[in-house]
Amino acid sequence: MTTSNTSRVPTSDPQPPPTVLAEDVRPPTLVDRAQRLLHAQATLGPAGVLLLTIVAFSVIAPNFLAPTNIALILQQTAVIGTLALGQTLIILTMGIDLSVGSIMVLCSIVMGRLSADFGVPGPLALLVGLACGMACGLFNGVLVTRVKLPPFIVTLGSLNIFFALNLWFSRSETVRGTDMSQVLLWTGQVVTVGGMRLTYGSLLMLVICALLAYALHRTRWGRHVYATGDDREAARLAGVRVNRILLSVYAVAGLVYAVGAWILIGRIASASPQAGVMDNLDSITAVVLGGTSLFGGRGLIIGTVMGALIVGVCRNGLSLAGVDVLWQNFAVGVLVILAVSLDQWIRKARR
Amino acid sequence: MKHASWTRRALAAAAGTGLALSLAACSDAGADDGEVLVGLITKTETNPFFVKMKEGAEEAADEHGVTLQSFSGDYDGDNESQVQAVENLIAAGADGILITPNDSEAIVPALDQARAAGIMVIALDTPTEPADAVDATFATDNFLAGEYIGQWAAARFEAEGVDPRVAMLDLNPNQIAVDVARDQGFLQGLGVDIADPGQIGDEDDDRIVGHDVTEGAEEGGRTAMENLLQRDPDINLVYTINEPAAAGAYEALNAAGVAEDVVIVSVDGGCPGVENVGSGLLGATSMQFPLDMAAQGVDAVVEYAASGETPDPTEGLDFVNTGVELITDEPMDGVESQDSAWGLENCWG
Repeated sequence: MTTSNTSRVPTSDPQPPPTVLAEDVRPPTLVDRAQRLLHAQATLGPAGVLLLTIVAFSVIAPNFLAPTNIALILQQTAVIGTLALGQTLIILTMGIDLSVGSIMVLCSIVMGRLSADFGVPGPLALLVGLACGMACGLFNGVLVTRVKLPPFIVTLGSLNIFFALNLWFSRSETVRGTDMSQVLLWTGQVVTVGGMRLTYGSLLMLVICALLAYALHRTRWGRHVYATGDDREAARLAGVRVNRILLSVYAVAGLVYAVGAWILIGRIASASPQAGVMDNLDSITAVVLGGTSLFGGRGLIIGTVMGALIVGVCRNGLSLAGVDVLWQNFAVGVLVILAVSLDQWIRKARR
Repeated sequence: MKHASWTRRALAAAAGTGLALSLAACSDAGADDGEVLVGLITKTETNPFFVKMKEGAEEAADEHGVTLQSFSGDYDGDNESQVQAVENLIAAGADGILITPNDSEAIVPALDQARAAGIMVIALDTPTEPADAVDATFATDNFLAGEYIGQWAAARFEAEGVDPRVAMLDLNPNQIAVDVARDQGFLQGLGVDIADPGQIGDEDDDRIVGHDVTEGAEEGGRTAMENLLQRDPDINLVYTINEPAAAGAYEALNAAGVAEDVVIVSVDGGCPGVENVGSGLLGATSMQFPLDMAAQGVDAVVEYAASGETPDPTEGLDFVNTGVELITDEPMDGVESQDSAWGLENCWG
C-alpha cells in the first residue's frame, strides 16, 4: 500500500514512478532489486525467513523434517496462529489488541461449562461461546469507535475485565474434557493427510486464514479495512464508513478468537481458566514476524500464519536440538527485532 | 461466589484503610481492641491451590472468630502487589501475616518491616530466602513429594523388569525452589545421581531423555511432551511438575498412540488429578494439603496473639511439614501409599 497524501482510497494499482533527474539515475544494484521485490511482494520476507529456519533446523536437529514433526509444528501453532489472524485485522486498522488471551480463555470456559455443568447440547454451547467472543470484540469496538479511546487503552482494560469474568465463571476450576460434548473436542481429533497426522484444529486455522484472506483481498469490506488503517481521514473523505468498518473488524476478530478457544479445548482436552492468558504477546509476535506493519494499512493475512509458524519452528527445532528453553526465548526475541528492521528497510525501497 | 469474596475484600480493604486512618489520627498505635487480625497473601487468584488455601484460612478464621484479610499477587512472580499487601497489613495493625512469596528474596525487606512492627510472619508453601526471614514456614516437603513418586516409579519398573526412559516436564527456566525440589526429589527416588541438588538438568544419566518446561499448564505440558517424544519415541516414564501439566502430557501421548505404554507421575493432589489417578491416566501423584497449611497458619497466629509463642519446625527440617501422601491405585511393596478413593476424600480444588 502507498502512503501518498492523495485523498482517494488507495488502490492496488502501482503509483507511477516519480520523475527523476538524469544525474540521480544509477543502475539498480542486486540489493536494490531485492528491496524492491520484497516491497512489491509482502509475503516474500516471512516466507524467506520461514524457509531459512526450516533449512537451518533440518541440519541442526535430528528428526526435524519427519512428517510427524511437521504435523506437530502445525498443531502447536494452531491456537496462537488463529489468535494472530484476528489480531492481524486489528493491527491492519492501526490498532492493537491486548485482550486476545483473555477473550479466548473466557470463551473456552463458557463453552466448556455450558456443556459440562449446565447440560447444554454441544453445538449450542459452541455457538454461545462463539457469540461470547464476538460480544467481547464488539465491547472493545464500541469503546474504540464511540467513546474514541485508543485501542491500546481499551484492550488493556478489557484484558482485566474479561479475565476476571473468566475466573468468576470458572470458579478457578478446570473443566475436564471427559465431561464435555464431543462437538467441543472435535478440533483435537486427528485426520491423516499424506502421512501427516493433523488435527482438525490446525486445519481449521488454515480455513480461517483462507476465509480472511478472501475477505480482505477480494471484497469491498477488505479494501475499506486497508484504507481505514492506511489513512483514516482520507478513507472517511472517500466515503468509507470508518466507524462501521472498525466495529466490524473488532467483532470479527472476537469471533476468530472464539474459534481459537475451540481449537484450544481440542488441544488440551479441557477448558482451563489459566490456559493461554499470556497469548496476547505471542499473537502480536506472530503478526509482526508475518510482515504486517504495526503502523497500519500494510500486510497480508497469509504472512501471519507464516509468522506463527516461524515461532513454532524455532521453538520446536531448538527443543529437538536439546537447547535450553532460556535460549528459545532469546532466539524469538532476536527474530522479532530482525523482522521489524527488515520491514523498515523494505519500506524505504526506491521506486 | 468469587463476586462475594471480591466484595468482602473491598470491604476489608476499606475497613483496613479506615482503621489505619483512625490509628494515625489519634496516634494510638496499640489500639487493636482485642480483635485478632490475620493477613493472608497468596501468589495469585487463579491457581486453584491458592484458592483452596484461602478457603482453608477463611474457615479457620471463622472457627476462631478472628478477622481475615486476603490479598494476592496479580500473576505468578508479582512481588510488587505482595509488598503493598504487607504494607497495608502493617498499617491495619495485623497480628500475623501468612504469605506465599512470589519472590522469595525480594519480599524479605517488607517482611522485616512487618516483624519490626511486632507482627508474626509465616511463610506458606514456599520458603523465603533466607528461611529465617520469617518466624516459621508451613509447607509441603516438596523434595519428599518428588521422592515418593520417584520411589514408586522405580519399584514399578523393577517389577516389570523394564528400564525407564524418562522425560522431565518442569515448570519454567527460572529454577524456582519448588520446581527444583520436586524434580530433584523424583530423580533421587528413582535412583539417579542428582549431582547438585539445587540445580535442574545437571544430571548425567542415560535414562533421562531430556527436560522441557510447561509453565505448570495443560498447553505447556502437551507441547513439551510432543517435543520430547519427537526427540525419543521410546519414552516410557514421564515426570510432571503438577497435574495440569500431566493432563497435557497425557493428551500428547494419547495423540501419538502410546498412552498405554507410558507411566506418568505428578505432584499436587488436586481433585481432577486424583480422578486421573482413578481412571489410570496418571500412575501416581503426591498429595499436598493446602487447606491444612492455611488452617494451621491461622491457628498459629491466634496462638501468637494470645501467648506470643511462635511455632517450632518439624524435627529434622527447617520448616513445619504439613504433610504429603502418595496416591496410587497400583501400590508397590516398600512404598507407602493411599488409593484414589482415599485421595478423593482428601483432595483439594
